[in-house]
Formats: sequence, structure tokens, C-alpha cells
Amino acid sequence: MGRIKEGLMLAIIKYNAGNIESVNNALMRLGVKAEVTDDHAKIKAADKVIFPGVGEASTTMAYLKKHKLDDLIRSLKQPVLGICLGQQLMCSYSEEGDVACLGIFDEKVKRFKPAPGQEYITKVPHMGWNSIHDVNSAIMSPDIEGEFVYFVHSYYVEVGEHTAATCNYINPFSAALHKDNFYATQFHPEKSQRVGARILENFLKI
Amino acid sequence: MLAKRIIPCLDIKDGQTVKGINFVGIKAVGDPVELGALYAEQGADELVFLDITATHEGRKTFVELVKRIAREINIPFTVGGGISELKDADALLSAGADKVSINSSAVRNPKLIDDMALNFGTQFVVVAIDAKNYDGHWTVTVNGGRIPTEKELFSWAKEAENRGAGEILFTSMDHDGTKNGFANAELARMADMLKIPIIASGGAGNMDHFVDVFTKGKADAGLAASIFHYKEIAIPDLKQFLHMKNIPVRL
Repeated sequence: MGRIKEGLMLAIIKYNAGNIESVNNALMRLGVKAEVTDDHAKIKAADKVIFPGVGEASTTMAYLKKHKLDDLIRSLKQPVLGICLGQQLMCSYSEEGDVACLGIFDEKVKRFKPAPGQEYITKVPHMGWNSIHDVNSAIMSPDIEGEFVYFVHSYYVEVGEHTAATCNYINPFSAALHKDNFYATQFHPEKSQRVGARILENFLKI
Repeated sequence: MLAKRIIPCLDIKDGQTVKGINFVGIKAVGDPVELGALYAEQGADELVFLDITATHEGRKTFVELVKRIAREINIPFTVGGGISELKDADALLSAGADKVSINSSAVRNPKLIDDMALNFGTQFVVVAIDAKNYDGHWTVTVNGGRIPTEKELFSWAKEAENRGAGEILFTSMDHDGTKNGFANAELARMADMLKIPIIASGGAGNMDHFVDVFTKGKADAGLAASIFHYKEIAIPDLKQFLHMKNIPVRL
């Protein structure tokens, strides 16, 4: 793969979600400066857009709608990367708060349900490092097949047509998604050490 | 498969890492950011930075250091020490911490757990519990193990979970600093009671102790300080050893 383009204009969507600065820090470690913004014109004009976030689905969807960021995100033509809650919000529906989401991906978001009697063994949230498989997108390159990445989540995206990597916890789920210019990861590349850096680098090089 | 986590703990005083046997008799070890980055490179799964003097001396925590850590370190990290109200936690999370741990302040004001879970989400809230066995009664202690409280270990852990703790970090003050192994019986009992992950702390002295804590102790993560700081166990060797013993780890 090539190099990260000089002077890349990168926007991180600012909204009522936590942990946005971690993504910015990870990009800085790759030598890329991003702007954290909710300015529609700036987001539209960016070469690439990152939609990160940690939070609750229905309240963040309400916020996105109120600020008309929902239509904006759906209309973006440049590469977009959703992370964690970002991936979930890009799906059609989330059980968390029983809410319709952006609908970029048809997949649905469900809550992990340990089998009866297993609640004390398979704990929710799914927290920690787990291995990813069946990688298949521009950012989920073959060299990261089977590698460990860092997850923290209680809701998961089912495996579907747009699955770009799978992970298994209680049941198989989508560790990553891809459709057209939209990419997403359930795990946190910004916290997943060299493997995460590799994935972010792949995204920056698209 | 979800990996068992190895977590070096860096005790911080005046911006420097320290480790004392049973939290007394402290000796400076090094720069927290440098040491944290080294551990991350060696395969640590997470890091914990505890401002150990914060509660004792009422010192406000180390927001600037946390900002530096967040910029330099590419694995998750928890910070604790001196968090007594919501705004302390907010400042640390805004500075880039992935989780905050509360200990004495939660014992004194259990509602702090609810408030933090409600405001930031349960996954950001680690409740650290220091406990000591007094004549067969596992008693929660505060201020670095100095003061016993009225709380009993297991009921307090359950209460913390019910109030919204995302993880429990349990340190046995009877095991801490002894290097004779973790409090596996108590850990296993706790694991069978809780639906949230448990980080085991106190007593790590050799690599077999980690095998035991993940099997007999049923812990989700093992935390240690001095054995890593004094290079008695290298993290890559420990990960290899656990892998050979069929413990799922990230290599």
C-alpha cells in the first residue's frame, strides 16, 4: 500500500459521545492532524471522516437528528469510518433504546444474551482483547487475520452481508462492516496497539 | 476467544512511578509514560495508573500526566486515586483515561458509583476494593489498607455491581507484597457471584501464580506491579508461559 497523502483533511464528527479525543490521539501518533467538528461544511469538505463514539444509542441518535448530522452522515461520499457506537449507529436498528439508526448497513444491533446459567462466565460487557477473523475490506487487510483487538460493548451487530470481519463472544458477531465508502469497526482501533494503528493507517491510505 | 488480561499497575507519586511493599516504604522507579509505553510494547493488555498518595493526603489527581499518557499510549488505561466526586472523574476521562477507578470514596459514598455509571456509562467505572481477612471476616479497608471499615468484601462487591460498577479490582491486603500468589479462593467466590469482570491484584510472585489466578481464581485479568517493575517477570515470557498452559492470551 502507498503512503498517507500529505495534507489530508480529516474530520472527526463531534457529538454527545465520549472518547473522541482518543481517536484524535491515535491519529496524531500516525502523524495526521484531524479536526473534531460538528460543522456540516467542514465535514462535507473533508477527505475522510471518522465517526467515533462511546455512549447510548437512542440518546445519541436523538442528538444526531437534532443537529441534522444523521442526513449529513448518510450523504457523505468520501471514506467514512465508524468506531464502536459509530458502527452500531450506522446500522438499521438498535435494541439499545429500541431506536431506528442511520440505515447505512442493513444489519441490526442486538444485546449480548448469555445462555441461562452462563451469566457468571460469559460476562457482559464483552470487554478486552479478542481475535478477529474472515477479514475482508480495504481497512481489514489480510495481515490482521486472527489478530487481537480491543472491545468494550454490550450490544453487537449481527453477522450479515456487510460483515468485513467476525469475532466470537457468546455468538458470532460483526467486528467490522463495509459497504461502498462506509467502513466501521466494533472494536477500538485507537486502543488496539499496532494492529489498531495498522487499521487506521489502512483507512488513511484508501 | 476473549483473552485473559495482564495489567501492570503503576503507582504514582509526584508524577513518578513507585511501588512499596504493602503500600509502605516507597521507592522511586521511573517515568510513568515511558514505563507505560514500554509495557504496552511488551504486550501488556491494559495499564492502571494509581495516584496512591491522593486519598491519603487529599491531593488532587494528575490530569496533566493523564493527558500525556493518552497521547503516547496505544492500549486502554485506567486511572485512580483521589476521585471523590463526579467532576474529578470527568476531568480524567476528558484528559483521555479509558476508565476511572474509585476505592475509598465509593466506600464512604456508595452513590458515587451510581452517579458515575449514569453519567459516563458502567464500562468507565472500576470499583477497586482493598480487603483484609480479620479472624475469618473479609473486611473492606480504606486509605491504602490502613483503615478497616464496616463493609464485608463480598456483599460490597455485589452492591458495587448492582450500583453500576463495570469491573471490580480486588486487592487482598493479606496477599499484597507477599509474592505467595493471589487470593484465589476469595476471587473464585467473587467470580461466581458477579456478572462483571474481576481484576485480581495482590500476591503475584511468579508465573504459576498467574495460571492459578485465571484457573482456580477464575479472574478475568491479573494485575501486578513490583514483579514487572523490578523485572522479575518479563511480560512476553509470562504471555508465552500462559499460552503454553492453555490460558487464552494475546501474544
